[in-house]
Amino acid sequence: MALLQISEPGMSAAPHQHKLAIGIDLGTTNSLVATVRSGMSTVLQDEHGRSLLPSVVRYCDSGEIIVGHQAQAKQSEDPINTIVSVKRFMGRGIKDITDKAHIPYHFVSNHTAEHAADGMLQLDTRAGLKTPVEISAEILKTLKSRAEKALGGELTGAVITVPAYFDDAQRQATKDAARLAGLHVLRLLNEPTAAAVAYGLDNAAEGIYVIYDLGGGTFDVSILHLSKGVFEVLATNGDSALGGDDFDHRIYCWILDQIREDNPNKQPLNEEDTRLLLTKARQAKEWLTDNDDVQIICKLSNGYAVDVVLTADIFVTLTQTLVNKTLSPMRKAMRDADLDLAAINGVVMVGGATRMPHVRHAVQDFFQQEPLTNLDPDKVVALGAAIQANVLAGNRSDEDLLLLDVTPLSLGLETMGGLVEKIIPRNSTLPVARAQDFTTFKDGQTAMSIHVLQGERDLVSACRSLARFELRGIPPMTAGAARIRVTFQVDADGLLSVSAREETKGIEASITVKPSYGLSEDEITNILKSSFGTAEEDKQARALAEAKIDAMSLISAINIALEQDSHLLSAAEKKDIQSQITALNQQLNTEDSRALHDATSALNDATANFAAKRMDASVSRALAGKNIDEVNFK
Amino acid sequence: MWLWGKFYCLSVRQVNESYFELFALKQAFTIDSAALESQYRHIQSAAHPDRFVTASSAEKLKSMQLATLANEAYQTLKKPASRAKYLLLLQGVDATEETNTSMPADFLMQQMEWREALEDLKAAKDVDGLDALAKEMRQAATVLTTELTRLFDAENDLIGATATTRKLIFIDKVCEDIHKAITQIED
Repeated sequence: MALLQISEPGMSAAPHQHKLAIGIDLGTTNSLVATVRSGMSTVLQDEHGRSLLPSVVRYCDSGEIIVGHQAQAKQSEDPINTIVSVKRFMGRGIKDITDKAHIPYHFVSNHTAEHAADGMLQLDTRAGLKTPVEISAEILKTLKSRAEKALGGELTGAVITVPAYFDDAQRQATKDAARLAGLHVLRLLNEPTAAAVAYGLDNAAEGIYVIYDLGGGTFDVSILHLSKGVFEVLATNGDSALGGDDFDHRIYCWILDQIREDNPNKQPLNEEDTRLLLTKARQAKEWLTDNDDVQIICKLSNGYAVDVVLTADIFVTLTQTLVNKTLSPMRKAMRDADLDLAAINGVVMVGGATRMPHVRHAVQDFFQQEPLTNLDPDKVVALGAAIQANVLAGNRSDEDLLLLDVTPLSLGLETMGGLVEKIIPRNSTLPVARAQDFTTFKDGQTAMSIHVLQGERDLVSACRSLARFELRGIPPMTAGAARIRVTFQVDADGLLSVSAREETKGIEASITVKPSYGLSEDEITNILKSSFGTAEEDKQARALAEAKIDAMSLISAINIALEQDSHLLSAAEKKDIQSQITALNQQLNTEDSRALHDATSALNDATANFAAKRMDASVSRALAGKNIDEVNFK
Repeated sequence: MWLWGKFYCLSVRQVNESYFELFALKQAFTIDSAALESQYRHIQSAAHPDRFVTASSAEKLKSMQLATLANEAYQTLKKPASRAKYLLLLQGVDATEETNTSMPADFLMQQMEWREALEDLKAAKDVDGLDALAKEMRQAATVLTTELTRLFDAENDLIGATATTRKLIFIDKVCEDIHKAITQIED
């Protein structure tokens, strides 16, 4: 019943009480949780004083699920049931995994998806089929309980970071994982933006900054304009399948080459040996950061003793192509931001993989300045996320902190001939909305199918399929007469929603969403049900509890609004809102979640006009607040 | 199924309010870009969804709509080509209308030369050449922008402004294609 533990903002009796909000860096290799305590952003540690939680989940024989260091210790021994780097599989299908031979898992495609080959992959473990979403949820649950223990209370919500270059499917998968873990997501925040917040506030940085973020499995580069607490992303680019893991993999392949000559039975490695060598490769990489060579010694399951020496020079040769792969996104981002190198005030290095000397050299050569490494590249993302969580939860009415982020990839629609028509271009500031009109091409046509894609290429086959929509209920007309306006909205989390309306007759067309990746609403409900072992009654109880939380938080939000701005309302409007509040209060003791939901909607509708007036007043205040001095100050 | 028409920006705050009014700026081609940026940031400080995480869903919706509008308005007014196009729209002229195809012969010639240069450089995979072409286009754009300042703000010559706006939109499109070509070569 973890969902019931969500305490909504505005619920507490004392509205100005400090709310417990956390920032989570859900990393490929390691994950962290941080919070703001006494005005300081701090990473929370486990009972052994460790900050990093290895992003490793093990499904044990006993049915127990172990996350972190203990699971990591068993990865070579029990590779199939010990999942590492699951982030690489988030929102991905089997055909996206190009190096299956070197990954010791049993992949299964999700046959419930309409296009089985397209659906999100699953991993076959001894605990059954697990989606990457469920596995990630285990990591989040561990961090959540760490935070609850450290903070001694229920959490208001969490900001969870994602790579800036994550597409819609990967973002949605992350949000779903948080939901399974019983976390209220205040915002999905891009990792480089989180790092910029932590770095910028700490160093009072102003100007144009580049964040170079090479993590365990993903690469991002973001260019930001930092000015008086506003963090405006000018452009972002990256590669969501490039990270420290790939460097490990190059070393692993090199070891195989070295031992191929004299390995007695020349058989392909089993899963245990694969995982063992990958682990050795990672350790060798880390050692080479401060040393010129490393001896790699281990014993394979057939008794063969590996004993090879890797020098830093060979390592650089092996991995230079990977480092060079980060250059192209940097060039693209610079071009999209329309900036010269001279405009860059600083380059901030983020992610454990930026410890590698040849990565730092490459960045230095590209930007012609020494990168900034005066912060912990493992922690800075979590620290920034915690600062944002603190602001979003309402602990600090800090008008000076504003994050303006962008969508990393263009969004478009399939048109005739398998081509993509771009609707929202990459690097559009969020939130963004665009509408486009469609018409029918046959007399009496009442349905229309629409295919939504994400990516920069012109061909449908080269872009990522996000969803297929079917518009139904179009009134029958002659061909070309109907006008269906399809609206795309990307919210501040970078998530897309689509709505459609037939304009000539004013009919809302019904939409069937078939997400190409990710879990359907039913699948989420089923997982929640099975993981909590709940029956139908419990499901209803949960629905009722959620409806009550919604109702109470709405009443609280509106009471605060009335306290601040009731002068904007006429006596009649005030009376109307009050009576809806009373009506909703009366419904709070009901057992009928439907009635409660309806009363909540009624109150919400009754305040729509009030919300608009408040927004206008607030904007007018904001504009009046500016004066000529301030304009010239820039 | 086929697509037609163009993109519609979503009116939110007040239907009749122009982007200039939204930012409390004078409706003109010449724009105080520092004031625009400052006003934009003020509006986002008040309207951004991050400010409404704990608010009612009615307020969240308003916040989303206004923040979206402010982004659209800011991007439109920031760049000369989109600002010119928008100014014309406010006065009932659609510069991108298919019927609006008149272009002076010398510009058509110039247009063809640029396009040919782009194709040649693309075929030769000449990134430096493409960069140089982009620079030449930007210089041409600067000249057109100065011309638009005169046509809009001094002479109020809508016919002249429409023609020049169309040239500027064309140049922007070629610049976009140059960037695309460079990206393709570098990948």
